[in-house]
Amino acid sequence: MHRKTLAELATDLNNKTISSVELTQHYLERIHQWDKKLNCFITIAEEQAMQAAKHADALRSQGKATALTGIPIAQKDIFCTDGIKTTCGSKILDNFIAPYNATVVEKLNHAGMVTLGKTNMDEFAMGSSNETSYFGPVKNPWHLDCVPGGSSGGSAAAVAAHLTPAATGTDTGGSIRQPAALCGITGVKPTYGRVSRYGMIAYASSLDQGGPMAKTVEDTALLLQAMAGFDERDSTSIDKPVPNYAATLNDSIQGIRIGLPKEYFSDALDPQIAHAIESAVKEYEKLGAVIQEISLPHTHLAAPVYYVIAPAECSSNLARYDGVRYGYRCSDPVDLQDMYKRSRSEGFGSEVKRRIMVGTYVLSAGYYDAYYLKAQKIRRLIRDDFTAAFKNVDVILCPTSPTPAFKFGEKTSNPISMYLSDLYTIAVNLAGLPAVSLPAGMVNQLPIGMQLIGNLFEEAKLLNIAHWYQKVTDWHTHSPEEFK
Amino acid sequence: MEWETVIGLEIHAQLATKSKIFSGASTTFGAEPNTQACAIDLAMPGVLPVLNKEAVSMAVKFGLGANAAIASRSVFARKNYFYPDLPKGYQISQYELPIVGHGYLDIQLEDGSVKRIHITRAHLEEDAGKSLHEDFQGMTGVDLNRAGTPLLEIVSEPDMRSAKEAVAYLKTVHTLVKYLGICDGNMQEGSFRCDANVSVRPKGETKFGTRAELKNINSFRFVERAINYEVERQIALLESGGTVIQETRLYDPNKNETRSMRSKEEANDYRYFPDPDLLPLVIDEAFINNIKANLPELPEQKRQRFIDQYELSTYDASVLVSSKEMANFYEEVVRAANQPKLAANWIGSELLGALNKDDLDITESPVSAVQLGKLISRIADNTISGKIAKTIFEALWNQEGDVDDIIEKRGLKQVSDTGAIEKLIDEIIAANPGQVAEYRSGKDKLFGYFVGQAMKASGGKLNPSQLNELLKKKLAG
Repeated sequence: MHRKTLAELATDLNNKTISSVELTQHYLERIHQWDKKLNCFITIAEEQAMQAAKHADALRSQGKATALTGIPIAQKDIFCTDGIKTTCGSKILDNFIAPYNATVVEKLNHAGMVTLGKTNMDEFAMGSSNETSYFGPVKNPWHLDCVPGGSSGGSAAAVAAHLTPAATGTDTGGSIRQPAALCGITGVKPTYGRVSRYGMIAYASSLDQGGPMAKTVEDTALLLQAMAGFDERDSTSIDKPVPNYAATLNDSIQGIRIGLPKEYFSDALDPQIAHAIESAVKEYEKLGAVIQEISLPHTHLAAPVYYVIAPAECSSNLARYDGVRYGYRCSDPVDLQDMYKRSRSEGFGSEVKRRIMVGTYVLSAGYYDAYYLKAQKIRRLIRDDFTAAFKNVDVILCPTSPTPAFKFGEKTSNPISMYLSDLYTIAVNLAGLPAVSLPAGMVNQLPIGMQLIGNLFEEAKLLNIAHWYQKVTDWHTHSPEEFK
Repeated sequence: MEWETVIGLEIHAQLATKSKIFSGASTTFGAEPNTQACAIDLAMPGVLPVLNKEAVSMAVKFGLGANAAIASRSVFARKNYFYPDLPKGYQISQYELPIVGHGYLDIQLEDGSVKRIHITRAHLEEDAGKSLHEDFQGMTGVDLNRAGTPLLEIVSEPDMRSAKEAVAYLKTVHTLVKYLGICDGNMQEGSFRCDANVSVRPKGETKFGTRAELKNINSFRFVERAINYEVERQIALLESGGTVIQETRLYDPNKNETRSMRSKEEANDYRYFPDPDLLPLVIDEAFINNIKANLPELPEQKRQRFIDQYELSTYDASVLVSSKEMANFYEEVVRAANQPKLAANWIGSELLGALNKDDLDITESPVSAVQLGKLISRIADNTISGKIAKTIFEALWNQEGDVDDIIEKRGLKQVSDTGAIEKLIDEIIAANPGQVAEYRSGKDKLFGYFVGQAMKASGGKLNPSQLNELLKKKLAG
């Protein structure tokens, strides 16, 4: 049952071959059985899940069910959940229970989905390996010595190990796509403004975007349908109707133009990954796509720009964690300064502190123009690269990550090499574009991901093109042996 | 050496919106601590600001009232600093691109002349909460009810040259925001407050001296005192060979002095940057035109109308339009009595004198506009004399009832009956033969004596002009 896709489970629920309570119980059992090994969950919301499942079954018997009603989901612990602890992977919020739901959670609840629990993540979404979590790293189900990617590592690993049929994630520089690639699942980073950020704990506000993670493109389409839409509580969300993503999944892609950015196929790319991506390109050619090389000339500036803008915003966004109103407060502060200093020193981990310091520095008087302002100007150039490219192509195809999952500790001592694991994903956030990562092969028994990047608000087209790949290949059905 | 004072003001006006600038929480003053702070005001994780359109309208109103340019695009920025009553660790303000640009206001000086004070900018921002240091033994309480209340910060050019000018400008802005209905102007509750940048320079010097920023001056009187104290301090310092340092100084009204709070070196680096949670604020012509079409009559326009319509002096008109309530009161009196000049005189002298003495606002006047109008009508139709009217005014002030009832009850009606006046004059002439003889031999000054006697005998009720006329005739023999 747990190998089934969300779409298949929806059919089973509809046919009454299974109830939501049974389904929820099954997944909760799997979590209890396997999560000690994987550490995907920070909080398991057993009681609330069973209640929601009963409610979903009741709705279904009353004929009030939607496509997603009664299907379990795991929420990344960055989304505030009313009455369930929300930690953001940090000690500083280890005691925090929000009195409100994030809009994404509210929408998925409204659709009848059952929240199983809150998934582990890099602290405040800052990391690409899940090693910065206060709650310990998540293990990659394909190889327990390997990282699951990050920051939505708990969500990705939980879906890959079939501890949940679906999960939410957030993506600031690749945090949905990179772990999706490293764990062999499908993840969608929507257009900036497509999904509300309300109640989603901010890392870098101008880059953060929530999205779905699941086994298939079809599943992510169903989830995105429920998550997306204008929210008056988020001034950066866009008031644009949400198309029916599932309806166009099977539209013909004959003649579709796919661009391959030459800058992404450089020497830095693992040759085995390059090979796998070439195979994927061939599949698309067989489907009638027109392939052309394109250029994104400012690619090499994406990582430096990202590591100015994201820390700048984070240094300000994380100022609210001061021990005054909620969250961790140091014991016996002697005065205000002491309370601030110790609460924050003891509450934040080292990667978060590193980014707060970098961000504070680049915004300081005398450095602002040279760093923050310059980075914003280059950000525009990066966006212009994509705008120009999309005049000639419908989607851009490239690897999601330059390497498959790496070993724990391999990159922790060298932040720069860690930052480069987001090389192919960062520019997408800087440009605000939608992108999907889907399984496209195996290298050394580890899954690798292919990334498709679409133009602004063209999620429907993007998902349509991505879905065709899963119609003609079976990489998305591969599963780590131990968790089958 | 002769010194010149240079002053610029930064005024913070709390905008009179129902809800906060970035959240739906109420802005009502005086509620129990932290009962008017929602998740957004508390800066809970993941919450986001949404701009209150009403605050934008109010800022635009101010811009229009201050002859200023309204920016078609302005940007909210984060001003980062740590303080317990600043929940997010940053204040959302406007920095490089404010909503209101250059403008000006004309102020009336004491000598009757007009001076133009230029406004640099006005921007929208959110207020912080309050730290409460009393009642918490060694700890600090934080009340976030005020956090997120919309503020308009109005920055002037350093155009003022004396504390009096600064107060006149502050009053002009105060009057304007109240006319516009965008701020209740309550200085005690802090909804209208100001910081003053003060420096001195030798007369004739064109470069500005080093300035001190004075904080915590929350009344018109304190503004004047604080500036005067600071000017004297700076002059004394310079004349004794010292130098003024750029710093923030706190005014202590109890000691009437300013004290150093922090120097420029200790000042925060606020690390301003555009707030990524809010889109640039775009205002189109239609939005501005709609507000313009619905602007109330502003003080300047009202003053001119009073001068034209009621033939008042500039001074009288200025006094009457100094608050909307006062102007309304005046016009109500005029409607009741149709005596614009008399009404202006009575409000300007008797009523304002009495109000000031009891420290009352025009809205708290014990004498209503209708009664004052009636009183003036009775003067105009010769029912009572101006002198008697003052007695009746006192009775009205003491809430003794209606004008006509008081006249009736106290028998204050003016005597205009020629026969009665002549009879009285005859009696006085008969009782004062010596004075009559002296007067008739050429001592004209004694005329006043006879008037006084007659008024005294009648209880002041004689029609003065009639009395004069008849008395002259009778004394002439």
